[in-house]
Amino acid sequence: MHPAYSVILFTTASGAGYGLLVWLGVLSAFRVLPADRWLGFTGLAISLALITVGLLASTFHLGHPERAWRAFSQWRSSWLSREGVAAVATYVPAGLLGIGWVFLERTDGIFALMGLLAAALALVTVYCTGMIYASLRTIRQWNQPLVPWIYIALALATGGLLMLALMYLFGTTRPWFSILTAALVGVALLLKQRYWATIDSEKKTWTIGDATGLGKHGQVRVLDFPHTQANFVMREMGFAVARNHAEKLRGYVRLLAFLVPGALCLITLAPSALLGTLAALLAVVAAGVGVAMERWLFFAEAEHVSMLYYGRPAA
Amino acid sequence: MTCLPTHTERKLGLVIDLDTCVGCHGCATSCKEWNTGGYSAPLSDTDPYGADPDGAWLNRIHSYEVGDGADSRTVHFPRSCLHCETPDCVTVCPTGASFKRAEDGIVLVDPDLCIGCKLCSWACAYGAREYDPSHGVMKKCTLCVDRIYNEHLAPEDRVPACVRACPTGARHFGDLGDPDSDVSKLVAERGGFDLLGAFGYKPVNKYLPPRERRDARTVATDKTPQKQKIAAPTTAIESLFSWVDRALSR
Amino acid sequence: MQDRATAKTSTSSARTSEPDAHGVVLSENPADRIEKTTCYMCACRCGINVYLKDGKVRYIDGNRDHPVNKGVLCGKGSAGIMQHYSPARLKAPLKRVGPRGSGEFKEISWEEALQTATDWLGKVRAEDPKKLAFFTGRDQSQSLTGWWAIKYGTPNYAAHGGFCSVNMAAAGLYTFGGSFWEFGEPDWDHAKFFMLFGVAEDHSSNPIKIGLGKLKANGAKIVSVNPVRTGYNAVADEWVGIRPGTDGAFVGALIHELLRTQRIDIDYLVRYTNAPWLVIEAPGAADHGMFVRDEKGNALAFDKRSGALVPAEGPDVVPQLSGPVKLPDGRTAIPVFQKMAERYLGEEYSPERAEKECGVPAATIRRYADEMAKVAFEQTITLDVPWTDIHGRRHEKMVGRPVAMHAMRGISAHSNGFQTCRLIHILQILLGSIDCPGGFRYKPPYPKEIAPRLKPTGKPGQVKAGEPLPGPHLGFPTSPADLLIDAAHTPQRIDKAYSWDAPLAAHGLMHMVITNAALGDPYPIDTLFMYMANMSWNSSMNIRDTLKYLTDKNPETGEYKIPRIIYSDAYYSEMVPYADLILPDTTYLERWDCISMLDRPISEPDAACDAIRHPVIEPDRDVRGFQSVLLDLGARLKLPGLVKEDGSPQFPGGYADYLVNHERAPGIGPLAGWRGNGDSFGKGAPNPDQLNRYIANGGFHAHHLPPSQRYFKHANKEYLDWAASVGFRAADAKMTFQLYCEPLQAFRLAAEGHGPVQPPESHRERIAKYFDPLPFWYQPFEGTMVDTDKFPMHAITQRPMHMYHSWGSQNAWLRQITGQNRLYMSRARGKELGIADDDWVWISSYLGRVRCQVRLMDGVNDQTAWTWNAIGKRKGAWGLSNDAPEATRGFLLNHLISELLPAKGGGYRYSNSDPITGQAAWYDLRVHIEKASPEAIEQSEPRFEPFDDPIGRGHPDVIAYGAEFKRARR
Ligand SMILES: Nc1nc2c(c(=O)[nH]1)N[C@H]1C(S)=C(S)[C@@H](COP(=O)(O)OP(=O)(O)OC[C@H]3O[C@@H](n4cnc5c(=O)[nH]c(N)nc54)[C@H](O)[C@@H]3O)O[C@H]1N2
Ligand SMILES: Nc1nc2c(c(=O)[nH]1)N[C@H]1C(S)=C(S)[C@@H](COP(=O)(O)OP(=O)(O)OC[C@H]3O[C@@H](n4cnc5c(=O)[nH]c(N)nc54)[C@H](O)[C@@H]3O)O[C@H]1N2
Ligand code: SF4
Ligand code: SF4
Ligand code: SF4
Ligand code: SF4
Ligand code: SF4
Ligand SMILES: [Mo]
Repeated sequence: MHPAYSVILFTTASGAGYGLLVWLGVLSAFRVLPADRWLGFTGLAISLALITVGLLASTFHLGHPERAWRAFSQWRSSWLSREGVAAVATYVPAGLLGIGWVFLERTDGIFALMGLLAAALALVTVYCTGMIYASLRTIRQWNQPLVPWIYIALALATGGLLMLALMYLFGTTRPWFSILTAALVGVALLLKQRYWATIDSEKKTWTIGDATGLGKHGQVRVLDFPHTQANFVMREMGFAVARNHAEKLRGYVRLLAFLVPGALCLITLAPSALLGTLAALLAVVAAGVGVAMERWLFFAEAEHVSMLYYGRPAA
Repeated sequence: MTCLPTHTERKLGLVIDLDTCVGCHGCATSCKEWNTGGYSAPLSDTDPYGADPDGAWLNRIHSYEVGDGADSRTVHFPRSCLHCETPDCVTVCPTGASFKRAEDGIVLVDPDLCIGCKLCSWACAYGAREYDPSHGVMKKCTLCVDRIYNEHLAPEDRVPACVRACPTGARHFGDLGDPDSDVSKLVAERGGFDLLGAFGYKPVNKYLPPRERRDARTVATDKTPQKQKIAAPTTAIESLFSWVDRALSR
Repeated sequence: MQDRATAKTSTSSARTSEPDAHGVVLSENPADRIEKTTCYMCACRCGINVYLKDGKVRYIDGNRDHPVNKGVLCGKGSAGIMQHYSPARLKAPLKRVGPRGSGEFKEISWEEALQTATDWLGKVRAEDPKKLAFFTGRDQSQSLTGWWAIKYGTPNYAAHGGFCSVNMAAAGLYTFGGSFWEFGEPDWDHAKFFMLFGVAEDHSSNPIKIGLGKLKANGAKIVSVNPVRTGYNAVADEWVGIRPGTDGAFVGALIHELLRTQRIDIDYLVRYTNAPWLVIEAPGAADHGMFVRDEKGNALAFDKRSGALVPAEGPDVVPQLSGPVKLPDGRTAIPVFQKMAERYLGEEYSPERAEKECGVPAATIRRYADEMAKVAFEQTITLDVPWTDIHGRRHEKMVGRPVAMHAMRGISAHSNGFQTCRLIHILQILLGSIDCPGGFRYKPPYPKEIAPRLKPTGKPGQVKAGEPLPGPHLGFPTSPADLLIDAAHTPQRIDKAYSWDAPLAAHGLMHMVITNAALGDPYPIDTLFMYMANMSWNSSMNIRDTLKYLTDKNPETGEYKIPRIIYSDAYYSEMVPYADLILPDTTYLERWDCISMLDRPISEPDAACDAIRHPVIEPDRDVRGFQSVLLDLGARLKLPGLVKEDGSPQFPGGYADYLVNHERAPGIGPLAGWRGNGDSFGKGAPNPDQLNRYIANGGFHAHHLPPSQRYFKHANKEYLDWAASVGFRAADAKMTFQLYCEPLQAFRLAAEGHGPVQPPESHRERIAKYFDPLPFWYQPFEGTMVDTDKFPMHAITQRPMHMYHSWGSQNAWLRQITGQNRLYMSRARGKELGIADDDWVWISSYLGRVRCQVRLMDGVNDQTAWTWNAIGKRKGAWGLSNDAPEATRGFLLNHLISELLPAKGGGYRYSNSDPITGQAAWYDLRVHIEKASPEAIEQSEPRFEPFDDPIGRGHPDVIAYGAEFKRARR
């Protein structure tokens, strides 16, 4: 699948934003975070900004962004529509939480509820995002049960790293949160490794012979494409990354999205606040780059079944 | 409404005969010509006279070679939307632009509702949805919904443009939900099949397989045909002449 | 149909176009007006319905009533909108201002253009009319252009048939008075076994497709003989991947087998062919090998019943088919049949021998002969239709041998094409399958006399300053006396047609005109006038030299060697920049045209049909239909027949006027339908309402033959009498199939030193060898003249079904389908040469080399490489941008094909053509293929300077055709 930069930006940014929102909501509700106006403001601003930038980015690739509102209508069948509804719905409790936290410096009572609700909706949104991909039967690498959980794990991990950095900046560090974040990063890595192992080992289900129905007459080879220049379907679905290139990129992803941030999380446990802050910030940057790469690979490694018609032997 | 109808009154679709299609692209250009001014108008073309011309086409003709050596054959393979019964291309659509008509099963995109998110094209297993970048909406085979019921056309012309044009008669149109329709009978008789049948989208369109070739393996030649003895040329000539004499004096 | 008529008359339909529940408008009126005319995206000439809406073309579909396409439409015809609105359309007359080939032009007025042309042409006519060479390409108005050239007085006129398919036309016309090509077709409804030789698309584009569909539906068996398995050949039951140029060996072996196994239609041979005719056997005599004739010229046979020599074409002859016959003068004669048997039963035509040449296993050849014979003789078709033969005998039934064949340029475009095509006809005739149910069928006005009685004009003394030519240019020589040469053997025509180089050049040799004119061989010319032929590119061999010839100057005068070039095109093709004066034509939807019975009509076997095109949309540019322009020029030149006595134009109303009022012979005009008061066919006074009748009938006229006239037309009294009555044939025309072709023997005798007109020494061997009255197979020339170890592979082209030569690439839709061509070769050969899919290779011939990209496949003869024809384009042409893939990655094989053969002893170079007809031998090409070095840029070669673009490259970045209809709906 062709990796569209707007979609990579969208899922990376909004994933981190929703992840952060989850932590803000939960940690404030359970008073782990102080009801400090500036912490609340910075945290929610970063979270909502990431979410909003992501959502806006996702409309860049629409042919008719001005009609985007129509996308809320088909929540009964469409994960994309559900994602849209959930995404917008999340703003409501998040906004109310913000009012309490920033203006009233209160995160208890109804505001705690709003925090938990925002966290829940954020998770639902990310789940929907994952399901947009996971529900596509046409792309084996996406149509995996692990996919939404990886989305969630990565949202929580990247959001967690952001949270950690904020905690350091605002001096409200909790060692257990560093450990928790590192653990989340670890879980995400395990899930991703598992995912890669699955898509690598799984037998490809469909062949060019099944697609054309000509398999029973022998091996099917393309003689000519319908048109000599590439078309929309070939550009969109036909993007393929070389196997060794993908391996290399997976290595970078492992390093940047998981090992480096994970290690940095543990470094935050070191007694120096400065070191902790630096480590947390660095972890955010590394994870940001790493997850963007992970998303790029998620597309680039995905093989669309329709490409069988264009000569891919199996998918 | 992107939920699929639980039942459609008819299942209109195409039957494409791979044994007869010569790959002339007539159906493809006729489709383009009708539909660029029709329900989905326009079917835009980008860089039409330049280095990388591309356009929205609702029907495309592939060519394959199948098998090896003496068993190999060339097959021309038209491909358009199959108007599946249970396709995800409709259900994934967030706007309701994609829909399947309950009355005849035709899968359409409403060009006035579509936001061009392309998700439906990801969900189509057959590469049958074509994004029109200059119009910003998704296009697909309409089964010529604006022809088949069009009272301005003569009754015999109320068929898809591709079927109307096809010079070899390799394309057929009808109700595949009705076992007594001509198309259903054709499918039964010729072993029509689904593309990616096991995939689960239940395509309505059917393909007729290339027929068994009548060649050395299947044509029975007389093992010992009369007069097939190889004779010296002079003997052959004499024998021919005496046969001619006999034949003419019959 | 009913509904169409309503749509046409009512501008706004009463019916509402309400959206349904989903907002879908199911029943919108697609047209304000539907006009029926004739397609011209190719020469097939299908009937089309042009849907016009808001002043633009909304849609084009096929006319269901039309005899050619019966409602269907091909890939090109369905892309007509983009053809009509092409940005490459010429906009106004152009005068060259830069050097030739630069493309620098200035727009001028029609008055200036016509005056310039009149001045140039007038001077030439007054001095020496043969200094005008007037050649036309893919047009369909040869009866007008030829007639104009007669009136002008130049002998140098022909259309493109000489590089196209004259081998087929001539072989058929000299053998059975018809031909494949457009003169006949298989009996698609009844054939049970169909063999297709060397066809990718043909002129009968849609009819063949419809026919193949019928064969499939009827369960007939299809065998394709073709080095390449694509298109039609892909749907065949069996593909015979023959080696190019060897079909004659293959067919010869089939004949051998049929004779050997004694499965031929002997009654048919006796009745309809010259099999019983007696051939004089007197080696060395001046009449050796000629027919024994009586004093009236009738060929004689030996009648077994009377024991006497009798006119062979008489009614009740019981002829002897074998054994020598003593002639009254003491010499012997041998029946044709015996000569055939001796030749084809010989070892040389055994399947084993054929296998060596053509690569088809001997056992397969035997099996085909067996299958054909079984179908022909055991699965006969009987129609319960009584008919009467030429001798007045009534037959209760029409009995057919349902084996049909069709062949085209795979046979024709070789230097052995004439004789190979004759072999195929002999095969058909032996099976008794010409014009019988299930066989091959003539389309009226065919069959014609065998060979047609017309002789070429242009002998010394026939061309006079200021005077018309006394007869038509093109004809059918039957002896050396008919050649257009002078006493020194100098060819009289610029293309050397009807000279010893190409004695039966029934369509001329357009591919030689530029070369010969520039070399002054046989003489220099003053003006080259061309119409609708892209002669600086895809329709010439050896493009580099052709461009040189077009631009070479005479060092003494500084003038171009071809001083003046006038050209009519509708689009900015590669030829346009090489002309001095451009007469811009309209598109096919904007003009009158005529597909005439006098020319190449659109008949089908059951009906004699002709057609018109009429303007359905007004030109938005300053362009004029070429035929009207030609008539205007003729009037300005005051050509006889083109002006009235008072000197005013004979046809002031242009081509439409001519179509109605011109009479070629009394009562016979360009259009056969609705003559006289509207109910005469064929002959009748001009009818002022004639064009309206054509338009009302969908642009064509069909005269349907009654069932009793539909088969055995060559021997069907009722049909032949009718054909004579409408002027299709002379009443006394002889229709006996010529298995043995006596005119060829006449040439051969001349080469052996007999008769008043004999070839010069240097030509004798060639004439003696190839003018064999019984067809034979020989190696195509190029393969015998170049080192085949160096050039081991064959290279050929095919027409893509969705492209018409060069002119499809300007079509925004069609060029998306094929914007670049590849060189296809077998996977096995690729492996051997270390060439993988997509690699760039050099393909070279003894003439030059071309770089191109490869595609490997299975369905190709492994000694053969091929590509799609005419996809490669020159930068600057066709309104395409300079980085268009057609120009950067596309290529032509034409750079590798020489128009002249390598020099032989004496240094003379024959043209690369069939030695009998002069048909261009495009497919004799031998090549070497090697991988290009990987550093090479991925572009094709050779490349030429881009042209300047005088029409302005106003082409859009996006086309959203149809958006306007949608907006209007709102
Ligand atoms: N390598 C190779 N070369 C071949 C062949 C092959 O098989 N292989 N085939 C040969 C054969 S058989 C043929 S017939 C030739 C064909 O070659 P051409 O006769 O050159 O045919 P086109 O390329 O179609 O070019 C015809 C010209 O007519 C112009 N034209 C189109 N429509 C109109 C119109 O309405 N009015 C006017 N005035 N002009 C118009 C086009 O713009 C173009 O310039 O090619 C020959 N060349
Ligand atoms: N779509 C389309 N239609 C056209 C044209 C066009 O440009 N486009 N051009 C028109 C013109 S001008 C013409 S002349 C006709 C020509 O129509 P065709 O006769 O169909 O011409 P080609 O495409 O040259 O096809 C020649 C075929 O012969 C095969 N062949 C080559 N050498 C041999 C051989 O030695 N033996 C055998 N058995 N086969 C061989 C080639 O593989 C190819 O399939 O088409 C006309 N119709
Ligand atoms: S591109 Fe249009 S039709 Fe397709 S899913 Fe998106 S909104 Fe629906
Ligand atoms: S072919 Fe593709 S677009 Fe058409 S209904 Fe099936 S899934 Fe949807
Ligand atoms: S049914 Fe209509 S829209 Fe669909 S492929 Fe055929 S012509 Fe195109
Ligand atoms: S029009 Fe008919 S023969 Fe031609 S490509 Fe389409 S289906 Fe095949
Ligand atoms: S075959 Fe095609 S292009 Fe040629 S006249 Fe017919 S419809 Fe037009
Ligand atoms: Mo041709």
